[in-house]
Amino acid sequence: MKLAYFPGCSAESTARDMHMSSLAVAQALGIELIEPEGWSCCGATAGHQTDRVLATALSAASLAKVADMGLDMVLNCAACFGRMKTANHDLQDMGLRKQVADAIGRDYDGSVIVRHLIDVLLHDIGLDRIKAATKKSLSGLKVASYYGCLLVRPADVMQFDDPENPTCMDTLVEALGGEALDWPHKVECCGGGLSLTRTDLVVSLSDKIVTMASEAGADCIVVACPMCQVNLDMRQIDIKKQGGQDHNLPILYITQLLGLALGIGPDQLGLSKLMIAPDPVVNRVTSA
Amino acid sequence: MLIISKDKETQALIDRVQEISGVDLSACYQCKKCTSGCPVSQVVQSSPAEIIRQLHLQAGDELLDSEIIWACASCETCTTRCPMGIDGAAVMDALRQISMQKNRAGQAQGKVALFNKAFLKTVELFGRSYEIGMIAAYKLGSGKLMSDTDKFPTMLKKGKLAILPPRGADKATVKRIFKKTKQK
Ligand code: SF4
Ligand code: SF4
Repeated sequence: MKLAYFPGCSAESTARDMHMSSLAVAQALGIELIEPEGWSCCGATAGHQTDRVLATALSAASLAKVADMGLDMVLNCAACFGRMKTANHDLQDMGLRKQVADAIGRDYDGSVIVRHLIDVLLHDIGLDRIKAATKKSLSGLKVASYYGCLLVRPADVMQFDDPENPTCMDTLVEALGGEALDWPHKVECCGGGLSLTRTDLVVSLSDKIVTMASEAGADCIVVACPMCQVNLDMRQIDIKKQGGQDHNLPILYITQLLGLALGIGPDQLGLSKLMIAPDPVVNRVTSA
Repeated sequence: MLIISKDKETQALIDRVQEISGVDLSACYQCKKCTSGCPVSQVVQSSPAEIIRQLHLQAGDELLDSEIIWACASCETCTTRCPMGIDGAAVMDALRQISMQKNRAGQAQGKVALFNKAFLKTVELFGRSYEIGMIAAYKLGSGKLMSDTDKFPTMLKKGKLAILPPRGADKATVKRIFKKTKQK
């Protein structure tokens, strides 16, 4: 299958590993990802906090390019995914649609279908084909799936899994031979985009989430959002420095874990880019 | 039914919030479900339910100084859980925008405003966000020069920070978007 793939700005910096693992996994499973030429920033949190027309127009600029390709859009970044779906939703308001058309220089009606890569994996490729392509088992690895905010909220816009107890990543983990942990912080917030401005809040929220996962017995946490990954991963260094616990809990993108099970090399999945070294996870899966 | 205050000035704030957010605040019956799930309420001693109540009770511009307006992480929990369909995250967005328009984002809270500006400036210039450029602009503006610098060498080594600005975006369209939305 062919999809228009929106990498998101962080794919070129903090989340290069998310990008690399998305491409590697897609290739292994026969999904053709085509980057829309000239795609631009979705506006992220800064956009919608500043102005609704600006935020919607920034997302619509890339959506309109995908409309021309005649393909569905797929993303791995939960934050961009949220912005794209919100733009499509908000563009049903004709007043806003007109303002956005004026801003981007063309009319876009909000009709491009926007999907998350996990959804494509589960529902288009399907667990049977994924299992058949699997070369290594997660062999009972205890995995805490962390969904955070933007994959599932706001629920009426996202319409993606259960907003209070999502299970799509757990389903994937179980299919790969891992143990999906039942734990209470799946959709708690890590502080998201406040990482640089309210580091205090982000450190304390991330600490709560990582602590809960550790107490549930997790060998690692899997995520599908660059902000969640950076906060949970990098802020463990601050937690320790501030006299808190040394969690040393690897935070992987779900596509990195899936990639390992598909027998893709750790380098190709960008696993060396994590701040908390994922070696125990990598060794366990590759030696399985 | 909208709760409308008689005082001219306070009427403007609740009405302005409703206008920008498109939310009918009179539907809020103060069950505080939004607040129970809000990740920042406990820390900042304020909450989405309280902000809405203050608006009901004719709060004026002093409400814009509440820490939660800028500490809100836009996590959308309040929006998703409200039994009355109130979009609390949109209310916070509206309050931030009014605060910016009135130049009321104070020293501490203004850091988020400064960050947002730095972020959007790189998008305006390159069509995509450029982390190093944004971090530099934000650090110079906020005076937080040393925070997180301990992590930069590792991040650079791991290729987690791009040195060069992003390339390949349709910059003309993005510039047009900024130009048109500034004219408003
Ligand atoms: S959950 Fe909704 S109705 Fe309840 S206090 Fe919050 S905004 Fe008001
Ligand atoms: S969107 Fe803001 S106000 Fe609402 S629950 Fe999240 S942090 Fe709290």
